[in-house]
Amino acid sequence: MGGRRLPPLWLVLTGAIPFALVILPVGYVALNAVEAGPSGILSDLIRPYTLNLLVNTLVLSVSVTFCAGAIATAAAWCTERCDLPGRRWWRLATALPLAMPAYVSSFAWSSFGPAFQEMGGAILILTFYSVPLIYLPVCAALRSLDPNFEDVARSLGLGRWRSFGRVVLPQLAPALGGGALLVAAHMLAEFGALSFLRVETFTTAIFDQYTAEFNNQTAALLSGVLLLICIPVALAEASLRRRRFARISRGSARRRVPIRLGRLAPFVVLGFVALTLLGFVVPLATLGFWMWRGHSTGTGIGDLGQALLTSLGYAAPGAVLTTLLAVPLVVATTYFRGRFATLSDRLPYLVHGLPGIVVALAAVAVTIRFAPAVYGSSFVVLLVYAVLFLPLAQSAVRASAALVPGEFTDVARSLGKRPLAAFVLATLPNLLPGIGAALALVGLQVMRELTATLLLAPAGVVTLATEFWSYTSDRAYGAAAPFAAALVLISGVPVYIFTVRTLGVPSLDVTEEL
Amino acid sequence: MSVLRIEGVRKSYGGPDVLTGVDLTLPSGAVMALLGTSGCGKTTLLRLIAGFEAAQAGRIVLGERVLEAPGIHIPAEQRHIGYVPQEGTLFPHLTVAANVGFGLTRAERRAGRVAEALELTGLTGLEARYPSDLSGGQQQRTALARALAPQPGLILLDEPFAALDMALRRAVCADVVALLRANGATAILVTHDPQEAFASADLVAVMRRGTIAQCADPATLYRAPVDAEVARLTGETIFLDATLRDGRAETVLGAVRVPAGATCSRKASVLLRPEQVRVAEAGHGVAVRVLSQGFRGDHTLVSVEAGGKELTIRLPGLAEAGETLHLQVVGAGVAFG
Repeated sequence: MGGRRLPPLWLVLTGAIPFALVILPVGYVALNAVEAGPSGILSDLIRPYTLNLLVNTLVLSVSVTFCAGAIATAAAWCTERCDLPGRRWWRLATALPLAMPAYVSSFAWSSFGPAFQEMGGAILILTFYSVPLIYLPVCAALRSLDPNFEDVARSLGLGRWRSFGRVVLPQLAPALGGGALLVAAHMLAEFGALSFLRVETFTTAIFDQYTAEFNNQTAALLSGVLLLICIPVALAEASLRRRRFARISRGSARRRVPIRLGRLAPFVVLGFVALTLLGFVVPLATLGFWMWRGHSTGTGIGDLGQALLTSLGYAAPGAVLTTLLAVPLVVATTYFRGRFATLSDRLPYLVHGLPGIVVALAAVAVTIRFAPAVYGSSFVVLLVYAVLFLPLAQSAVRASAALVPGEFTDVARSLGKRPLAAFVLATLPNLLPGIGAALALVGLQVMRELTATLLLAPAGVVTLATEFWSYTSDRAYGAAAPFAAALVLISGVPVYIFTVRTLGVPSLDVTEEL
Repeated sequence: MSVLRIEGVRKSYGGPDVLTGVDLTLPSGAVMALLGTSGCGKTTLLRLIAGFEAAQAGRIVLGERVLEAPGIHIPAEQRHIGYVPQEGTLFPHLTVAANVGFGLTRAERRAGRVAEALELTGLTGLEARYPSDLSGGQQQRTALARALAPQPGLILLDEPFAALDMALRRAVCADVVALLRANGATAILVTHDPQEAFASADLVAVMRRGTIAQCADPATLYRAPVDAEVARLTGETIFLDATLRDGRAETVLGAVRVPAGATCSRKASVLLRPEQVRVAEAGHGVAVRVLSQGFRGDHTLVSVEAGGKELTIRLPGLAEAGETLHLQVVGAGVAFG
């Protein structure tokens, strides 16, 4: 049986990597803080400027999280529990904004003019972008929640709304809370979108300090303040990820009777139409408009192929490196228990909640100081990708590992294989589906990553994301649009797969609508 | 507690009727078991009584109050009918005390009704526990306490013991029924296990294909089922070909008394329960040859050949294959068409 065995040395060594990854951004901030000294920190941070950043960052994160949470919960309720016409398609439609990187939809909206900029516009646009991040987990939770709970509450005299508030909502709390914290973490870390929308937050300020004013110390100190906000959010998210209400009963497999919307149905459908229009169709149509009618349409279109190739050139090694780091971590926690393995498995989730811009600056600072030879090389970019996307790969591999018993390796050893050979021959082949999913997911995320690529890519390297960025910075919307469209197309694939896997395949089978 | 009357209730989910016209009367203070195979509509009937769904036709009346009738559908939360679903379905985010107090008003909670319900169900001391820390039996008791606390006019239990293992199941069932009786509750218990139905209920209603086939007290149902199908649903059966004459049936196991049997002579099928066939004293009974046996501990299933037909009977002791036994029938049989 898989008791408490000590992991072999190779696992300990790979398990140490996450520790190094966490130390990277925290060490970078700490080092700069020490160099600045107490007086330097105070004079740099105690300014109305910092307060303004703090207010903006918090107002944005809290508003977007709250609005997206409310919309997502209502939408999930309608698609999962009501007789909404065509609800299988609305499920997919509600998840679609995931296919549009936040900086692309923000660019599209902001190109309409100043009405869709600044704080008000940012809250609106990023809310629509964030809805799916809460919608999908809440849907899944609603689906696995035994409808008998509501029946019991009603038999005890509670109406539909009070049953929802007192019985359903508390049980959705882990999913809702997890999704909300994820949105909050995204908002704290978002850079590209806020830059288009002209909202000054910590991330845009750090970027400006670093690139425009070459002020590395202020950038580091601001990063420190941002980390202080991010780390609790990331910790809370990581702990919610594990906490679920103990399931004490398996739902009886009875037909669920959907709640009749009746006369409300047209209004609810209208709401979904609006959600889909605002979250996906309008930004996409805007890209289309700029592609046909922009002043700069056609400029740089010849570079599209080259940029795509370069993006792929980063995505492939980035995915391989990240997955290579993820596999031993997952294996260590799945087959060898122990504090060290558990901790090294969870740390990446913490780092995932940290802003890409901070991780990128830390990587720059560390390479300049300790490894000047690799400074400015693509290797640093790949390393930062690994830090940012390790949890994604871990989750994918773990899904496979959970299905493969540790006894596979034991049996292979009893048949005369050495431990490593036993693992490679008996267990690893069964992890391949998860490894494949990890490669695909990380690769696609790398392609749409903007901030770190922008800061770290060697001079002259042009990817889809950076090319889009530089054209929009020059207000060449027509030239930027094809690059954005390519990014949306690429992102659409994993969104479709993810949605279908979580919520089932949309089909035209009418009987299943029941 | 008051009388429940169900008249001509029909229900469909778009396809063929799940309930094809149910009539049922349950006196006040009685415990009724609703017995049937899965898919016969018993859970649907329960959900209509609870008010979770509306019927397409028919009436449901509890005491003086019309709950369901053409144009009338009182919602579940206003019916005052307790509901204990499969596996209890305790709210996992609430303690035992909060679960039990869920359906009570603040004033009722202040008046000590939670403690009262807990004491009644023997749960005192577990107030602060969460459902995940309870045993299966304790979970069922808590679910029952939660349903009983608001003192409903009727309690519905939907296969409440299906999740428990066999040994626990009998004990918890007896426990729950004792509690229902101590409270003078009127209750309907859905089950597919005849043993459970007989052990727990004053009345057993056998349901089949969306309608009530027979409703009677357990002994009547077991001894005098209305047809062969109800007989099979309520226990083990032996059917013998017979000729009816003068209130008696001539079978391969000899003459069997059939009350209300036809006076004119005709062919029929006679139902016996396995325990009615016994080994006769020397010189009596019908000789049969043992084909094979299956040891079951407290009894043995013995396959015998009688008059060219194979029968399976239940004997207290063992029998060797090839051995000859003398069998006799005890008590009356039931003749069917």
